[in-house]
Amino acid sequence: MSAPSTSLLRANRHSKAPHPWLVRLAALRAWLFLALLLVTFEVWARASYGVSFVLSSYNAQSIAVFAVAPLLLALGETFVIIAGGIDLSVGFVMGLSAVLAAHATNAADSSLPPLPAMLVGIAAGLAVALVPGAINGWLISKLKVPPFIGTLGMFGVARGTAFLLAKGTTVPVTNDWFAALGNGRLLGIPVVVLVTAVFVLFMHYLLGQSRFGQHTYAVGASEQAALRAGIGVGRLTRRLYLLSALCAGLGGVLYTARFTAGAAQAGEPLLLDSIAAVVIGGASLFGGSGTILGTVAGSLVIAVIQYGLVFIDVEPFWQFVAVGVVIIISVLVDQTQRKLGGER
Amino acid sequence: MSAVPSPSSQPLLDVRGVYKRFGGVEALKGVSLELHPGEVVALAGDNGAGKSTLTKMISGVYPADDGEIRLDGQAVRFSTPEAARVAGIETIYQDLALADNLSIGANIFLGREPMRRAFGVLPVLDRRAMAQAAKETMSRLDFHVDRLEAPVGRFSGGQRQAVAIGRAMYWNARVILMDEPTAALGVPEQRKVLTLIRNLKAQGRGVIFISHNLQDIFAVSDRIVVLRRGSLAGERLIAQTTHDEVVKLMIGG
Repeated sequence: MSAPSTSLLRANRHSKAPHPWLVRLAALRAWLFLALLLVTFEVWARASYGVSFVLSSYNAQSIAVFAVAPLLLALGETFVIIAGGIDLSVGFVMGLSAVLAAHATNAADSSLPPLPAMLVGIAAGLAVALVPGAINGWLISKLKVPPFIGTLGMFGVARGTAFLLAKGTTVPVTNDWFAALGNGRLLGIPVVVLVTAVFVLFMHYLLGQSRFGQHTYAVGASEQAALRAGIGVGRLTRRLYLLSALCAGLGGVLYTARFTAGAAQAGEPLLLDSIAAVVIGGASLFGGSGTILGTVAGSLVIAVIQYGLVFIDVEPFWQFVAVGVVIIISVLVDQTQRKLGGER
Repeated sequence: MSAVPSPSSQPLLDVRGVYKRFGGVEALKGVSLELHPGEVVALAGDNGAGKSTLTKMISGVYPADDGEIRLDGQAVRFSTPEAARVAGIETIYQDLALADNLSIGANIFLGREPMRRAFGVLPVLDRRAMAQAAKETMSRLDFHVDRLEAPVGRFSGGQRQAVAIGRAMYWNARVILMDEPTAALGVPEQRKVLTLIRNLKAQGRGVIFISHNLQDIFAVSDRIVVLRRGSLAGERLIAQTTHDEVVKLMIGG
């Protein structure tokens, strides 16, 4: 082959490729946001009250505990959104799990010692979440229902079922082990935070290092490409919605543990927070991009805004405004990055 | 029809008198085609001539109603495109079927990712093996890329075409079907793709090249097979024919 024709095939970087540092910066933007917020609250707290916001382990723990539930929902949502879907049912799946975990623990308490009774409750809470998760996956992969509609339907079904099971009220739990899981500490760190941290590591591994994670990205970029590569897209989709529901189930179980009561409305306000966390964390709602560490940062951004505004004594309704503004800025940054990055 | 001397080797792919009917429409009426190792055969014809029906039968999208397809002298019958791919017949689609957000290596291995054990226990994607294979494969196509981890969405159309071809090559495709590979590209990029095809030929693979562009066909093919309304209109060695003759075969002048 002649020399000039081969040189035509050299990848030229002047055209579309952005500087590598720009790409890395964009991936870190949720963490930059977080740092900016912490600095702002720190300055404000010192100027107005003469106290530190950041250097308070009480604040740090409160924010971490505060972030746990929306983060758990957001972890599963990250996978679903990367694959180009959405799961609107997670909030009430969480409520359903919280209520059923409470009922099952109470039922087991009458015949079992406290520790196994708690384990029965946890198993029941996680297992019940798989039902709406399986139905979501079936509707979307087999019946080709759009994810937005299918999971919106399941939002209603899970909501109604959870309130029916709870008979419209909360279901208190008296199991001491359960209370310790929700409010205890290990090495000075709240147990719910430790459980969530372990789960974050697992999800980070699953998304970044497994075939399942790799195929999730591929489906989000092009379902056709995934199909032609021999990936079982239907099965992958069903697993994604099961995973999302399982995350919501874990959120529900930890809710019951923390408040020693299951409530149908446990996750009601968390759906939008969890989707916001995913988007702030750098995922695109069009699918194909996003990371677990980004989602963790996104969840912390929301938790810091909500907690911080209360801390500096701003009226709580400003939280909604602040979170909304951060979401819009995140999407604008994402779009700008796409333009610079030359992605379609 | 002018006699076309067959190369001496056994044909890699031998399509014999295939028929295909869709309801009342006869899409293919007994078409035969041979493809030898290291040969580029252009498949030409007007819209509806049966080009895509023929390629879809070869690539396992649907079976022939009659006739047979032989690969290395063995009669084959593919029930799925997957089966055809395993046998060594790869189709490069017009829309390329790449995941734009993944690297070259990840695209080559999509659906068959190599794993390694981190710390001896935890199974993780072997990204280094994927990048290494990507580098070697792409350099065989004279495609030199300095950032192997960059998502393929950042590459140009011709470069992405090279990635799709590289994937076929890595998995040892011996018959490569290319459906209008130059159609969506600018002129310099078209030239790159023609270079890629010559490269596959030099490696002893067989290429079936579907195109409307006679210039491209004449630039890269050894033979041209022209279909018209589901039948063979003619077959010529490129060295012994002209644009005018091919056009006449296509429109039936």
